[in-house]
Amino acid sequence: MLNLVQKDSFRNGIHPPEMKDETSHLAIRRFPFAPTLVVPLSQHLGKPASPVVRAGQEVTRGQTIAEPDGFMSVAMHAPASGVVRKIALAPGIGGNMVESIYIEPHPASSQEVDDGVPCMLETSTPDEIIGAIQRAGIVGLGGAAFPTHVKLKAPEGKTLDTLIINGVECEPYLTTDHRVMLEQTADIFTGIRYLMKATGARECMVAVEANKPDAVRKLRKVCPPDLPVTVRVCPVKYPQGAEKMVIRSLLDREIPSGGLPVDVGAICVNVATTAEIGRLLPRGRGIQERVITIGGPGVEKKGNYRIPIGTTVRYALEECGASKDISRVFLGGPMMGPSVSNLDIPITKGTSGITAFTDAQMDEATGHKKIYACIHCARCVEACPLFLNPSQLGILAKKEEYERMAQEFHLMDCFECGACSYVCPSHIPLVQYFRLSKKMVRKLSAAK
Amino acid sequence: MSIAVLTLATLAFLFASLLVLAHRKLHVDEDPRIDAAFLMLPGTNCGACGYPGCLGLAEAMAEGKALPGKCTVMNEDEREDVARFLGVDVGAEEKVVARLACAGGTNVARNRAQYEGLGSCRAATLVAGGGKACFWGCLGLGDCEAVCDLDAIYMNEHDLPVVIEDDCTACGDCVDACPKDLFSLHPVSHRLWVACRNLEKGDAVLADCEVGCDACGRCALDAPDGLITMVDNLPVVDYSRNHDAKKAIERCPTGAIVWFDNKDGPVTGHAAHKIIRQGAKRRAPT
Repeated sequence: MLNLVQKDSFRNGIHPPEMKDETSHLAIRRFPFAPTLVVPLSQHLGKPASPVVRAGQEVTRGQTIAEPDGFMSVAMHAPASGVVRKIALAPGIGGNMVESIYIEPHPASSQEVDDGVPCMLETSTPDEIIGAIQRAGIVGLGGAAFPTHVKLKAPEGKTLDTLIINGVECEPYLTTDHRVMLEQTADIFTGIRYLMKATGARECMVAVEANKPDAVRKLRKVCPPDLPVTVRVCPVKYPQGAEKMVIRSLLDREIPSGGLPVDVGAICVNVATTAEIGRLLPRGRGIQERVITIGGPGVEKKGNYRIPIGTTVRYALEECGASKDISRVFLGGPMMGPSVSNLDIPITKGTSGITAFTDAQMDEATGHKKIYACIHCARCVEACPLFLNPSQLGILAKKEEYERMAQEFHLMDCFECGACSYVCPSHIPLVQYFRLSKKMVRKLSAAK
Repeated sequence: MSIAVLTLATLAFLFASLLVLAHRKLHVDEDPRIDAAFLMLPGTNCGACGYPGCLGLAEAMAEGKALPGKCTVMNEDEREDVARFLGVDVGAEEKVVARLACAGGTNVARNRAQYEGLGSCRAATLVAGGGKACFWGCLGLGDCEAVCDLDAIYMNEHDLPVVIEDDCTACGDCVDACPKDLFSLHPVSHRLWVACRNLEKGDAVLADCEVGCDACGRCALDAPDGLITMVDNLPVVDYSRNHDAKKAIERCPTGAIVWFDNKDGPVTGHAAHKIIRQGAKRRAPT
C-alpha cells in the first residue's frame, strides 16, 4: 500500500536485493585487447550493418568497418588496430549464429583512436546530428540496443517536449550508469545539448535512483546554468529504470497500450548513451568500446570496465578471475539479462554487464525448484508495474490460448521485467511463458 | 372437455401441415452420398488432404473435385472401398511423409549448456537457443511428438524424434511445431536425404556433433552430374531429377547424408564412422 503514496514513482514493483555495493565505488578501468575480437554485424535491433572491409585488410582503431544498411541500422567501428581475419558466422547472444567480423589486434595495438569528421553542436542542423549519431553507431546502451537516431526522429504530427535522461539503473549488480554519471558528467551535459537540439525538446530531466546520492550531487554541481535540466531522484524500486516507468514517475504520463514514449511527448535516452554522444560526436568517432560491470559471486576481480566491443565473455571472465565452478552467466543483470549458453559469444553494444553465479548459489537462490500450480494469491498482480494480470496470462499460456492473451489481457505490453516470476510462490516461470506466447502471437499474426 | 380436445387436435393438424409445407418448400437437395462417404472416412480431421476436415473431403469427392487418394490416413483397401462406393478412381497419390533434417541425438551431439525451464522446444529456443552446441540441431524436448495427433512420431532413446512412415499422414503439424524448422514433407520416393542443417563446415561442425555435415562435398562429387550441389556448406539434392543414386552416400565420412531404405529405414554409407560416444541422458526438470 506504500506504493500508492510514494512521490515520483509508479505503482507496484518489487524490491530485490540491490547488490551494487561491491562495484559501485570502483572507478572505470580499461580492459586489455583480447587475442581475437568478434564484432557481430547485428548488435542492434533492426537490419544488420553491411561490412566495408575484406578479410586480410588492416584496420585502425575507430575506423568504420560496416556501414548502416537502411534507416533501421547503425555503423560498426573497429575496436582495435589489427587485421581482419575473416567475416564468418559467430555465436550470438540468442544462441543463434550471426555474421561477424573477426579482428586480430596487433600485439602492440595502442589505445589511440582515429578521429573522423566531427559533428559540431553549434553549426549542425538537427538532421545532421541524427545522421552523425547513426554513423557513430550509437544504440541504447541500457540493454535494448535500439538505434538511438530512430527514436530521436519524431513521427509526423507528433511533438516532443521533454527529454528524459535515464540514469536509474534499477537492475541488481549493475553499476555502469552510476560510474558513468560520476566520471563522465561533463560528457553527459554535452550529450544533452546535442539531444535537445536534435529533438527540439524544451525541457530535460535526469532521473537517478535514490541509492546513488553521490551521482545526484555530482550532476547537480556540474549542471551548466544555461541548460533547462533538472535532476530528479526516484525511490529505489524495480523496475524503475524501464522507459514506461520513468516517464510515469517523472511526468505522471501513461504511455497508451501499444504506444511509444513519443505518444505522450517524451523521449527517454539512457545516461550512458547520452555520455557517449557527448564524447564521440565532437570528435567524429564511433562506439568501439563500452562500460560494463563484471560482477556476481562467481567473479574475483569485480569492477567496472571500459571493454572493447567484440571481447568474448570467456576472455572477460578469465581476465577477471572467474571461479572454476561458475554455472550460470547472465549478460546484464540477473533480472532481465539473458543467460548465455556459450561463453564464446562477444560483448556487444547492448551488453551492460556480465554477472556470473556458481552452482551452489544458483541452487540456493532459484535452483531446481518444483513448479506448482497457480494458487491465485495475486502477488504477481501486485508486482506487475503495468497492471497486467500475470496469473491469468500464465494460465492461458499453459492452455496455448495465445490470441486471447493478446486481445483480452494485453500480453504485448509486457516488457518482461520479471517481477511476476520473482514473487511467484509456485515458481511458475511466467516470463518464459510470456516470451514464448509473444513469439507465438507474432507468428500467428504474421501467418494471417 | 370436448372443446379442449378439439382445439388441440386442430392445432396439431395446423402445425403438422405447416411442417409438411416447410419440408416441401425449404428442402435442400443434398447428395446422400456425402453422409455415407463421410462415415467411411477415418474422422481424424487432420487436414492433410487440404480440405477442412473429413466432411470437407467427402463433399469435394461427391462433387467430383477430389479423389479418395487424397486421404492419407486410410489404407489401400479403405480407399478402394470409398472409390467403389462413389464410382470413381482411387486416384493414387504418392505417399508423403515428414522427415527430420537432423540426426544429432544425445549420443552424438554435444550440449554446451544445460537448459532448465519449461519442457518444450519452443520455450527452450528462446533461452539462448536451448543449450545445444549446434544452433540448428534438434533440441529433443518433443514438441513434435506432443503435437502429432496420430502418434506417428516418438522420441527414441537418444531424444531424437522418429517418424513412423506408415502412420504419418503428412498433415504438417510437426512442421509448424518445430522451432528449428527441421521437419519438411517429402514423398517417400525421395530416398536420398541430408539429415543436417548446420551451416558451418569442417571441424567447427564435428566439434559439436559427430554426425553433422562437415561440407566435404564428396556426395556432390559422387552423385550423377549435378544432382547434388553444395549450397551454404550443405548438400542440396535436386529432387526434380532422377535421384535414385545410392552411390552418393557411400563416401560420406559422418553419415550426414542417408538413404531411406524401404525395409531398414535410413542407412548410412560404408565410410561413415562408427558412433562410439554414448552421451548421458538429458531431461528437463519438471
